[in-house]
Amino acid sequence: MGKTLAEKILSAKSNEDAKAGDIVIVDVDVMALQDGTGPLAIQQFDEMGAEKVARPDKTIFFMDHAAPSPRKELSNAHMMIRSFADRTGAKYSEICDGVIHQRLVESVTSPGDVVIGADSHTCMSGALGAFATGMGSTDLAVAMAAGKTWMKVPETIKVELKGIFPKGVSPKDAIIYFIGKIGADGATYQALEFTGQTVESMEMTDRFTLTNMAVESGSKAGIIAADDITRKYLADQGRADDYRPEFADDDGEYVETHVIEVDSLEPMISMPHTVDNTSTVTDAAGTKVQQVFIGSCTNGRLSDLTAVAEILKGRRVNKGTRLIITPASRDVYLDAIREGVAEELVEAGAMITGPGCGACVGVHGGILGDEEVCVATTNRNFRGRMGNPEGSIYLASPETAAATAVKGEITDPREFL
Amino acid sequence: MEELKGKAWKFGDDISTDHIAPGRLFHLRTDLPELAKHVLEDADPEFASKMKKGDFVVGGRNFGLGSSREHAPRIIKIAGVSAVLAKSFARIFFRNSINVGLPVLVCDTDKIDLGDELEIDLAKGIIKDTTKEIELTFQPLPPAMVRILSDGGIVEHYKKHNGFKLD
Ligand code: SF4
Repeated sequence: MGKTLAEKILSAKSNEDAKAGDIVIVDVDVMALQDGTGPLAIQQFDEMGAEKVARPDKTIFFMDHAAPSPRKELSNAHMMIRSFADRTGAKYSEICDGVIHQRLVESVTSPGDVVIGADSHTCMSGALGAFATGMGSTDLAVAMAAGKTWMKVPETIKVELKGIFPKGVSPKDAIIYFIGKIGADGATYQALEFTGQTVESMEMTDRFTLTNMAVESGSKAGIIAADDITRKYLADQGRADDYRPEFADDDGEYVETHVIEVDSLEPMISMPHTVDNTSTVTDAAGTKVQQVFIGSCTNGRLSDLTAVAEILKGRRVNKGTRLIITPASRDVYLDAIREGVAEELVEAGAMITGPGCGACVGVHGGILGDEEVCVATTNRNFRGRMGNPEGSIYLASPETAAATAVKGEITDPREFL
Repeated sequence: MEELKGKAWKFGDDISTDHIAPGRLFHLRTDLPELAKHVLEDADPEFASKMKKGDFVVGGRNFGLGSSREHAPRIIKIAGVSAVLAKSFARIFFRNSINVGLPVLVCDTDKIDLGDELEIDLAKGIIKDTTKEIELTFQPLPPAMVRILSDGGIVEHYKKHNGFKLD
């Protein structure tokens, strides 16, 4: 019997013939933490009496959630991270470098890796043909010391995308649509494997958007085969040697298969206050919006900023709306400057902040006022997520967010294309 | 394991880790006793001040969805909640709870109302609702998790066996 991608990777890293349902001890290739979860992991590591980090080169703390720090408590948390790294040889990524998951795919994760992160969207790295999953700080502390963790091998749901995206419809719409269909707990404990001709011809930047949001259906991982597009991406990142093909077996066993015909998709939106509360943008159109946020590990890449700039070209951000753009990493930011995209955005009325998580998690960078409405390209719209439980968040594609910024109300981007 | 006793505090479906430990209190993550004073604030602003030590959090479906922040189960425990009952739990929250020694029990919480007095025998797997005079059972934990919990959490487990010993 053949294997799914999850079973293949976990078999290789546990030296066992791992099948869904098995408990395995796996070697961990990459351990990632951030400034919210890292300090607790450090405390637990010290409490264990551990001194040595098993894989210092691949144990990385990202200062991204509070970057730059808006409060002294968080500045102190950053100091704690830097000094832990200095004493153990672990690495850290500074406040200007970018969001954990974007940095991982740019520079760290390779096909076939097991990646664990003290952050739920660690699943994004799965787009590179890796098994990547989020855990808590204590699991990370133990893994930092052991270089290993335990896992239950998940069952896999196959998500097959077919067809070509119509104008104004993007992979973000496809993943919002899918989560609406399967529900916020529709894939709890399971892995999603994204396949089909649409995925096979999709650029990595869009594949990242798909696997990023896998966890919003409860999934443990979102995985995509490592193919020629993966190889090219890694080569462009100066990491050609990190490539290896990673495919599922043809006769692997899947618990379910979902087919999404993208030709017939419309722009989609997640309405307050859950990701699976989805609607078409047409049905939600007209709602007044005070803030538009473009950024995050989901949609803060160059292609997203470019799509926004295309809609904003020759237009202005609406007077009653503020547009905040936070590039996902320093590289994204630099490219946006070099290619002139940043200039177009600022000219149209956007504010561009330094790279990082920005407004996504409510620490800083665009906290909502009471009764305010935000359309964001992020991945979560839970009550209070953007720093105020009295605010409301809608999740959409960069195109929908841009069209909304122009009109000041939720707007179907196809009006502008 | 001791018997747990207290009052039920009801919450709905999809209580996220943002409800439990909101991002706007990010700076308190290195001060858990202080953060615990705000536990579940965005689901019920008065919960932390009204609950008594030993009480239970009773949720609906998919309790604890969202971020991996382990601070969420930790502050529920620090606040004095003796167990969380729900129809289902999100994966990372469930694993974190076991790691930090917070009992998380899957049962039919529709049968329990706000204010019901509960008595729970963890070893026997029985929940008594003494207000309604009914008994509920909860799903046994997966064996790997029973080992971790009975060793006192993942850190203790790892120390005791000098590695993982889950089979
Ligand atoms: S951008 Fe948002 S979702 Fe992504 S890691 Fe940062 S806080 Fe989490």
